[in-house]
Amino acid sequence: MRGSKRNRLVGIAYVAPALVFVLAFTAYPLGRMVWMSFHNWSLITPPTFVGLGNYDRALHDHQFWVSFLFTLKYTALITPILIVGGYLLALLTSDNSPLRRLTRTVVFVPVVIGLGVSSLLWYWLFSTDFGLVNRFLEDVGLISDPVLWLGVDADRSNLAIIASVVWKVLGFGMILFVGAIQAIPTEINEASLVDGASYRQRVTRIILPLTLRTVLLVTLVSVIGSLLAFDQFYIMTAGQPRNETATSVFYVYLNSFPYLKLGYGAALSMVLALTILAFTVVQLLLTRRSHA
Amino acid sequence: MTTTMERVASRPVVARVRGRVGRSGYLLAAICLIVCTVMLMPLVMSLLASVKPTEEAAAAPPTYVPHGLSLDSYERLWSYQEGLPTYLANSFGTALLTIVLTLALTVPAAYGLARFPVPAKEVVFVVLLLALIVPYQALLTPMFLMFARIGLTNNLLGLAILHTAIQLPFSLYILRNSILAVPRELEEAAIVDGASSWQALIRVFIPSCVPAIVTVALFAFVMSWNEFLGALVLMSQSSRFTLPLILAASRTETSLGGTDWGMLQAGITISVIPCVLVYLLLQRYYVSGLMSGAVK
Repeated sequence: MRGSKRNRLVGIAYVAPALVFVLAFTAYPLGRMVWMSFHNWSLITPPTFVGLGNYDRALHDHQFWVSFLFTLKYTALITPILIVGGYLLALLTSDNSPLRRLTRTVVFVPVVIGLGVSSLLWYWLFSTDFGLVNRFLEDVGLISDPVLWLGVDADRSNLAIIASVVWKVLGFGMILFVGAIQAIPTEINEASLVDGASYRQRVTRIILPLTLRTVLLVTLVSVIGSLLAFDQFYIMTAGQPRNETATSVFYVYLNSFPYLKLGYGAALSMVLALTILAFTVVQLLLTRRSHA
Repeated sequence: MTTTMERVASRPVVARVRGRVGRSGYLLAAICLIVCTVMLMPLVMSLLASVKPTEEAAAAPPTYVPHGLSLDSYERLWSYQEGLPTYLANSFGTALLTIVLTLALTVPAAYGLARFPVPAKEVVFVVLLLALIVPYQALLTPMFLMFARIGLTNNLLGLAILHTAIQLPFSLYILRNSILAVPRELEEAAIVDGASSWQALIRVFIPSCVPAIVTVALFAFVMSWNEFLGALVLMSQSSRFTLPLILAASRTETSLGGTDWGMLQAGITISVIPCVLVYLLLQRYYVSGLMSGAVK
């Protein structure tokens, strides 16, 4: 009965709409992107086949490397802050006392608001003359003149944007780490207390090793999210100065839309997608091994 | 026996250690309060700035706390370009379409995958999860070209389709797990009563999967309400902008010449409210969805 032809057809009927949708709106664009990446195409002129020409061009494109390396730098700087910060917050709030619950709820609030909107908020806070960051730093005497945070110096812009994104996504890791810490059987904790383990010993010998899988998973999600960063840079620096803060996704966007270099944009998209895929695979392998 | 002995013996030790933690408890509580203050400060400051009178909102250097209260900024936002109602309708409309499309596609698909012998099931499942492997940011150019050809640019349905494509793998995964957890007996009882598979889905599975459905709808709403890049690419007419788009555009295109900071803060406050409300009301679903979604 279960494996009957009729049942199979019924199953196909239930799955078909979603399958058609994914084929039309994910698989087809993917195939189209691969095709486009081998062509020169600017909407005005018909596409011409150029083989690997677009990829070769990317290798020799200075701005491609600037964007790629800037994105890697951003990712390398922000990931440890997110993971260590999120973990410390999780250790702080993993008890279920009312104050800890409240802290968890509050830290998580920025996660649910949009990255675009939070970037606009921080665009204001970091604004040179109208922003509260400069006002506050001047009031406490850390600076004497307003600092030009955004769009003038790439490293300083990066710092400001990292601060804003840390505020926005710190709660994401924290909530998942709290879940993992709370899932540790209480007997293990009690046994370690009987053995007279200090708090630091319990963290390094018990809590960290038993939550390592979650740490790796959150690292995976954070790295991929950072490599795909766009909103915060588009809104807070618009890639300035001299496109030094234009991330990889930003550069794909610039080529595809304002510049209408569709084939080249598609090739850059491919490079981006493959980079993400490599990270996904590496991190998943790590995760699986730690799980065993 | 020994385990009981050990447990009895361990209690005073645990109590003693807890007592020691109690002394540093004040310090940890203080840290919690500081963390809460720091995290809330930007949102509170934005809210305060949104109710400053026009002149104060444009003051350099800025004030911390408003010296006077005024809804001027909200009034300017209300009538900014096409008017706030248009942008709210665009954002809500897209989010609702995304929820409807996501549920209409993934509830039956999850049911089919969980309960029927679909041929090549693993392959089908992987295809359905394709968007997990390929980031949508990389697919926007071909999607834009395709949507432009079939009239789905500058169209709420078009944007909702993109948002559904982004949200589909997560939703399918959550719903499939939820349907797999429905006891066979419930389903068999319905079938004995002569229910068709469709009736079983409506009468047995959907009521049993309400928490998963709420989670899927919640994440679809928040993602669609907040999504920026896709909307930026697909919407070029300002009458079709969603809230984040018009706010980003408003930084440079104002009647005041420079950025209208007060109006920007009013817009930020209005964008943040639905997300925070939904989160506070449905926190349980949010956290459970996050745990099962991220920890694949």
